[in-house]
Amino acid sequence: MNVSCPIPISQYPHILMAHGGGGTLMHRLLEEVFGKAFSNPILDTRHDSAQFVVPAGRLAMTTDSYVVRPIFFPGGDIGSMAIHGTVNDLAMSGARPLYLSCGFIIEEGLPMETLWRVVCSMRDAAKKCGVQIITGDTKVVDKGNGDGLFINTTGIGIIEHEQIISPQSVLPSDAILVSGDLGRHGMAIMAVREGLAFETTIESDSAPVVEPVLALVQAGVEIHCLRDLTRGGLASALNEIAEAAGVKIAIEQKSIPVREDVHAACEMLGLDPLHVANEGRFVAFVPARASARALQVLHGAEVSANAAIIGQVVEKSTPLVTLKSELGVNRILDMPSGEQLPRIC
Amino acid sequence: MKFLDEYRDAELAQKFAREIHRLTTKPWTIMEVCGGQTHAIVKFGIDELLPKQIELIHGPGCPVCVTPLEVIDKALEIAARPEVVFTSFGDMLRVPGSTTDLLSVKAKGGDVRIVYSPLDAVKLAEENPAKEIVFFGVGFETTAPATAMAVYQAAQKKLKNFSMLISHVLVPPAIEALMSSPNCRVQGFLAAGHVCAVMGYEEYFPLVKKYRVPIVVTGFEPLDILHGILMVVQQLESGRAEVENQYARAVTRAGNQPAQALVKKVFQVVPRKWRGVGEIPQSGLGLAGEYAAFDADKKFGLTDRRVDEPAECIAGLILQGLKKPHECPAFGTKCTPEHPLGATMVSSEGACAAYYRYRRHA
Repeated sequence: MNVSCPIPISQYPHILMAHGGGGTLMHRLLEEVFGKAFSNPILDTRHDSAQFVVPAGRLAMTTDSYVVRPIFFPGGDIGSMAIHGTVNDLAMSGARPLYLSCGFIIEEGLPMETLWRVVCSMRDAAKKCGVQIITGDTKVVDKGNGDGLFINTTGIGIIEHEQIISPQSVLPSDAILVSGDLGRHGMAIMAVREGLAFETTIESDSAPVVEPVLALVQAGVEIHCLRDLTRGGLASALNEIAEAAGVKIAIEQKSIPVREDVHAACEMLGLDPLHVANEGRFVAFVPARASARALQVLHGAEVSANAAIIGQVVEKSTPLVTLKSELGVNRILDMPSGEQLPRIC
Repeated sequence: MKFLDEYRDAELAQKFAREIHRLTTKPWTIMEVCGGQTHAIVKFGIDELLPKQIELIHGPGCPVCVTPLEVIDKALEIAARPEVVFTSFGDMLRVPGSTTDLLSVKAKGGDVRIVYSPLDAVKLAEENPAKEIVFFGVGFETTAPATAMAVYQAAQKKLKNFSMLISHVLVPPAIEALMSSPNCRVQGFLAAGHVCAVMGYEEYFPLVKKYRVPIVVTGFEPLDILHGILMVVQQLESGRAEVENQYARAVTRAGNQPAQALVKKVFQVVPRKWRGVGEIPQSGLGLAGEYAAFDADKKFGLTDRRVDEPAECIAGLILQGLKKPHECPAFGTKCTPEHPLGATMVSSEGACAAYYRYRRHA
C-alpha cells in the first residue's frame, strides 16, 4: 500500500477549513487525494453526478455512515470498514455490488497523512470487493465539531437471481447458519479504545462477505434470508428477523463459534459475545434440506471457512429467540438493552 | 476455553443434579447471595435442573442494585458540574436516580467516563490537574481493596483533585439482617466466592452458630453453583449447619490479608442504606478520618437527602425472597431494564433483570 501522501498536498500536513472551502485547496484535495486514489472512468469525468448504464434486473441500494474511534484498529480502519459494511449490506440481498458513493466529513486539523492512509485503504478494499467509487463529497468542520473523520458510503448492486431474500421469506424448519466466529470486531475496538491489554491482540473481523454470498447464489442454494451481523451482534439480528418474520427461533450455544481469546475477554468484562459487534459476519436462513450444501459452499470461501449451523426456525408464533445453554436448558436470547457496558465484578 | 469449559460440562452438571435429586427428601429454601450467581443460575438454567422441592432465593448481592437512590442522585449532581470528570464502572452509568442517569448527564455535556479500575481514575487526576476527578466507589468486599488502594495512592501522591463518592457495602451484616427478620425463609446460603477470596470465611462462623444455617462459599460457574447447592442440601438433609468451602481453588479461610489490611487502613465500618432493603447497621464502608479529604460528599458539600422508591416496586420483597420477579404487576410492563422502577431491575445481575432477560415468556 502506498502510504506516503502526494506531494502538493503534503505541503499542508493538516486539514484546514480551506480544504472544504471550495477554492484551490479543496480542488487540490479532491484531485490529488480522492481523484488519484479512486480513479475510474466514471469518476474521472468529474461531473456533479455520476452517469452509468443500468443493467437489466433488480437493483439493490443501501447507505451507511461510519464513525469509529480509533480510526485505525487491529484488523482494519474506518476506510476499509466503510467499504466492507456497505458492500456487505448489498450482499444481504444477494446482490453483486457495482458502485459506491462516499461522503467525507473531516475535522479541521486531521493529519493529511491519516486521510491519505484511510483513502488508500478504501481504494484497496474497493478493488478487492470489485466496486467502483463513482461520486463523492467532502466537508470540513471546525476543530472540536467532529471526531477526526466520519465517512458515509452509499452502494448500488445488481441482483442477478430470482430469489426474494428477506425476513418475509423465512419459513418454519429453516436452518440457521452463521458465517464464522463472533464478537471479534467489538472486542478489538474495546481493547484498543479502553487500553485493555489482553495476552493476544484480538483483530477485527472486518471483511467483505460478497464472495460467499454470491457463491451460495451461484451454487443454486435456496436462500430465504441473510443478515449482516453488526452492532448488537447475533442476538439483535436474530431478534429482528424473528420479529419481522413472526417466528420462533431456537439456537444452541455450543454450536456457535467464538474464538477463545474473544470468549476470555468477554468473560472478563461481563459481556456476551452474542451481543458484541461484528463487521464481516452474517447469518443465513436456508431450507433444512439445503443446509448441508450451504455449509459446504460457505466453507469454500476464506471469510466463511468457520461457518456453522447454529439452530433452526421452530414455528410461526409471537416473535421469540431461545438459546439452549451449555447445560441443555433453554432460555430467552434477548437484544442488548443499549450500549454494552462492562460489569463491576 | 481452559479453566472455564470444565466448569460448564453438561454431563458433570447432570451428575450433580442427579445427586441433588437423590438426596432431597424435603422442601428447602436456599439463597445465593451474589448477583453474579443469580445471573449464572438464570442464564444457564441451573434452577431447572433442580428438584421441585428446592427453591432458590436471589439475594441482595448486586452492588449496582443496592446502591441507594440518594447516592445515585449525588453522583448525578457531581457529574453535572463543569469542573468534574466523573469516573465509574460501566454498569453504574445506566442506573436511574430519581430523575435521570449518568448516561443522560453525559449526553448533556457532563464528562462521565468508564474506568476499569479505580487506579485509572487516580492516573486521570495526575494527568488533569485542572480538573476534579471523582470516582464512584461502589461494590462489596470484592472491589473495596481496589478502591482503598486508589485512595491510598492518591494520598501518597498528595493529589488535591481526586475524591470518591463511596457506597461500599458488606455481605455478612446483610446476611445477619436477613436472618434476623421475622419473615426470613432462608434455610441455607451460597456465600459469594469472590467476596470470600478477599475476606476469607471466618466471619461466617458466628452466623452459622447463631442461626443454625449452613453457609457454603461458592463459585460462579454452573458446576460450582450446582456443587454448592449439593453441599448445602447435604448439610440440611443431615441436620448439620457448618461453614464449608466449595470454591477452594480461589478461597482460603483467612482470605487475602494484605488486601484486608489496606481496606481496614483506609475505610471504617459505617451504617449503610441498601436500595430495596433499607438501612442495615454496620453494613458499609466509609473513608476513615485520616482520608476524609478524599470524600466527594464533603468536598462538594452535598447535603443528605431522602428519596422514596416508587411505591409499586416490590424489590425489597424480592431481595428477601418473599416474592419472585414475575409476581410483580409492574414486571415487564411498567418496569423494564430500559425503565427500571427499582433496585433489582437496574443491573443485569439483579434478579428482576435476569428474569426479564432470560425467561420473560419462556
